[in-house]
Amino acid sequence: MKAASALSVEGLSVEFRTRSGIVRALDNVSFAVEKGETIALVGESGSGKSVTAYAVMGILDPAGKVTAGRATLDGLDLLAATQSQLADVRGRKIAMIFQNPRTALNPIRTVGRQIADVLIRHGNVSRHDAPEKAIDMLRAVGITDPSRRAGAYPFEMSGGMCQRVMIAIALAAKPTLLIADEPTTGLDVTTQAVIMDLVNDLAREMGMGTIFITHDLALAGQRSSRIVVMHAGHVVENAPTAELFAHPRHPYTAELIAATPDSAANLDELASIPGSLPDLRRTDLPPCRYSERCPRKIDACVQPLPHPAPNAVHFVACWNPLPAGTVSVPTESAA
Amino acid sequence: MTAITATPRPEGGSAALFKHARYVVAENPVTGFAFALFVLIVLAAVIGPSIVPYDPLASDTAQALKPPSAHHWFGTDQLGRDVFSRVVVATRLDFFIAVASVALVFLMGGLAGVAAGFFGGWTDRIVGRIADTIMAFPLFVLAMGIVAALGNTVQNIVLATAIVNFPLYARIARAEANIRREAGFVEAARLSGNSDWRILAFQILPNVFPLLVVQMSLTMGYAILNAAGLSFIGLGVRPPTPEWGIMVAEGAAFMVSGEWWNAFFPGAALMIAVFCFNLLGDGLRDMVDPRRRT
Amino acid sequence: MLTMILKRAAMAIPSLIGVVIVTFLLTRALPGDPAAYFAGPAATPQAIQEVRVKLGLDKPLIAQFGSYVIDLAHGNFGTSLTTGQPVLTELRNRLPASAELTLLGLLVSIVIAVPLGIFAATRPNSLVDHACRLVATLGVSLPVFFTGLILIYVFYYLLGWAPAPLGRLDVFFDPPPQVTGFYLIDSVIAGQPATFLASLKQLVLPALTLGIFSLAPIARMTRASMLAVLSSDFVRTARASGLAPYTVVVTYAFRNAMLPVITTLGMVFSFLLGANVLVEKVFAWPGIGSYAVEALLASDFAPVQGFVLTMAVMYVALNLLIDVLYGLIDPRVRLEA
Repeated sequence: MKAASALSVEGLSVEFRTRSGIVRALDNVSFAVEKGETIALVGESGSGKSVTAYAVMGILDPAGKVTAGRATLDGLDLLAATQSQLADVRGRKIAMIFQNPRTALNPIRTVGRQIADVLIRHGNVSRHDAPEKAIDMLRAVGITDPSRRAGAYPFEMSGGMCQRVMIAIALAAKPTLLIADEPTTGLDVTTQAVIMDLVNDLAREMGMGTIFITHDLALAGQRSSRIVVMHAGHVVENAPTAELFAHPRHPYTAELIAATPDSAANLDELASIPGSLPDLRRTDLPPCRYSERCPRKIDACVQPLPHPAPNAVHFVACWNPLPAGTVSVPTESAA
Repeated sequence: MTAITATPRPEGGSAALFKHARYVVAENPVTGFAFALFVLIVLAAVIGPSIVPYDPLASDTAQALKPPSAHHWFGTDQLGRDVFSRVVVATRLDFFIAVASVALVFLMGGLAGVAAGFFGGWTDRIVGRIADTIMAFPLFVLAMGIVAALGNTVQNIVLATAIVNFPLYARIARAEANIRREAGFVEAARLSGNSDWRILAFQILPNVFPLLVVQMSLTMGYAILNAAGLSFIGLGVRPPTPEWGIMVAEGAAFMVSGEWWNAFFPGAALMIAVFCFNLLGDGLRDMVDPRRRT
Repeated sequence: MLTMILKRAAMAIPSLIGVVIVTFLLTRALPGDPAAYFAGPAATPQAIQEVRVKLGLDKPLIAQFGSYVIDLAHGNFGTSLTTGQPVLTELRNRLPASAELTLLGLLVSIVIAVPLGIFAATRPNSLVDHACRLVATLGVSLPVFFTGLILIYVFYYLLGWAPAPLGRLDVFFDPPPQVTGFYLIDSVIAGQPATFLASLKQLVLPALTLGIFSLAPIARMTRASMLAVLSSDFVRTARASGLAPYTVVVTYAFRNAMLPVITTLGMVFSFLLGANVLVEKVFAWPGIGSYAVEALLASDFAPVQGFVLTMAVMYVALNLLIDVLYGLIDPRVRLEA
């Protein structure tokens, strides 16, 4: 029996108005997160992973517009919701943590009060009890001496501690879904591991779904049970982690895996992905945005891409995918 | 080493600059409008006195305090003088004050600031102290004090305006000189035997000029307001010299009893001129460094 | 916290020293014979000589400076020729009038400019935004005395809504018993509503004039600051946490946006204190500005110097206050070790 989806994104398309034209940032993005599941949204810079998160949360830049699609959370379509509905749902049911934790916190407000603000707003906590509960949250995210730290300001804390505070703020009202947008970028490696452990542990405790956004495929592999690969605003592949690494089907995924350093790889064995992202302002973008740099391109690739089947465990948006069960070796020429 | 985030100079010299200017004006018609107005003001200043219908100093008490009419477009003042002629003739004096003040403060502030940034040490400290002391005063009050102490002449008004604006120019110039101190072309100039002063005057100061030119346009507006304000309280130009500020002062009493044209037209002229310089300053800023647009 | 205040106060001392030196130099920079200026246009050569000795103008400059500083420390700012009163006494008597006017003008300015700036920032490139920019540029271009005159013409002469610009109170009213010197406050304390209204009526136009004048920098800075803060990372976090719009805009965005605006207040006060002089002349307001201007016209120099010194000292004190206020709001400044 499949668990109910915490979040279901269907056909999400987003455009940005810029001085040099309209950027078609997202095109027909679909995926789902189950309750308690941790999935990763992976792709190069510019692939649209953060835009997807911002669109779902409703905090897109004013120049951005959702042109199509639905994002259903607990029966509510976030993309069609009013501002007050969104303000109600954000923090309470769906929360987000960002990169650069220092700048993401209010510099002139104590961390305790910032957590308390969310508790009072969404957590059915009175003004009187909020400071105490905020200290509890700080303790839960592993901050030592929480009662003293609650009165501290972000500039008095390290990057790792600020990220913990952000996690505390995001989880204060016990949401059912957490989006983590590159939460470990800018932190040193040890702190990265600690923060990711914290997020995973809390998610497990609270039965919370997590969308982990990263450009680091290896990190995604370690931390999530399912990976959604994005390229130039498209979802190109969506599979359970082990399956994805063992049998990648989309040529781009295969290249990504080959380009990802792991402990066994030699530096000269590191491949790079040929070509570069297409300019998303073009009005003549092909239906498959990878086709222009794809070594496996065939005539059929000018058709619109296939849609994910409702019960698909392993989805690939490709007319000439790698055969199921192939070993993950980069293809040098059309097989 | 600090990246030189200097104002990008358009390549190709003056032809490219002209093309860039045309582009900015087309982008922003308000700047074009300000520029046209500026040309009008300069024209009024230069040829105005030769083409006005009446002698600005000729009084005709029989015609005193007549409202605007076909004969007297802006009416007449309490001594029967034609307000229109006086307003146009006053353009020359006010414009001169503006230009002179700005030229003086550019030289004083620019050189002092550039020297402070370039040499550092005691030069920097002294220039800084002087600037701080000036800024400790409310600026108009200091101008009042200076003109009161030195006497009511146009030269002293210009000097007072320059002194009061000195800190701002010194600060901008100093920051730029600081950045360029270690720049390649300075080292090259040093190596080829140029003395520090030559480098300052011929290499650094000209590079600082584009940044300051924006400020200079704004200061022109301020200089006119300053001179007008000083004249209004009797510390400026003396009657019967036509100057916008003093005309407003003379007409103030009549405003209360309904003869508005006396003070209105010179005041409007003041406003238009200052508005023009401010808009021009904004437009210049867009041309020179669009990143700083507010 | 206290250390911060003391540190800031200590930094103000060099400014004060500079101010005293400059005003001293100004008294000696008078064209011709300073003694003749202080003695007045109608003085005999004997009287001038007496003044010269009295002012110590025959002594070396350093000694003069020394006695100047000592005089100041004893509150001796000289004596006015026209009234025969000590300058300090007159300044003290007239200060509340100027202070009441300036503070009210600032209040008017803030009350209009800050909401305008916030509104323009929350609706960028809208009609309101462009109107705000236009108003700001115009405000900066209008000579303050001209604005005052236009307001008088429209509201007193044409519409008859405002009273005659003849000072703080209509002739039919007596000032309230002196507590602070602010008529508005004193009339409330003394329970004189009629006097309160009368004072307010006289204050409206001059305060509005000052307000219009100082609108521009405040509105501009508020708008720019709010725009920057509204697109900042921490406001994005606040929104993503689903905080109420009021909390996001006011508690999170506005408080941070106000910091640069407070810093701008220093510059605004510089404008205001200068504009005060002009507005007092237009509205016949009996403050320290008109005191200095009247003395100037009579070639009476001691009041002018006392005025410049007083204004500068007040300005230094105001800047100190602004620094402290900033420190109260921004913990980063307060807590730097």
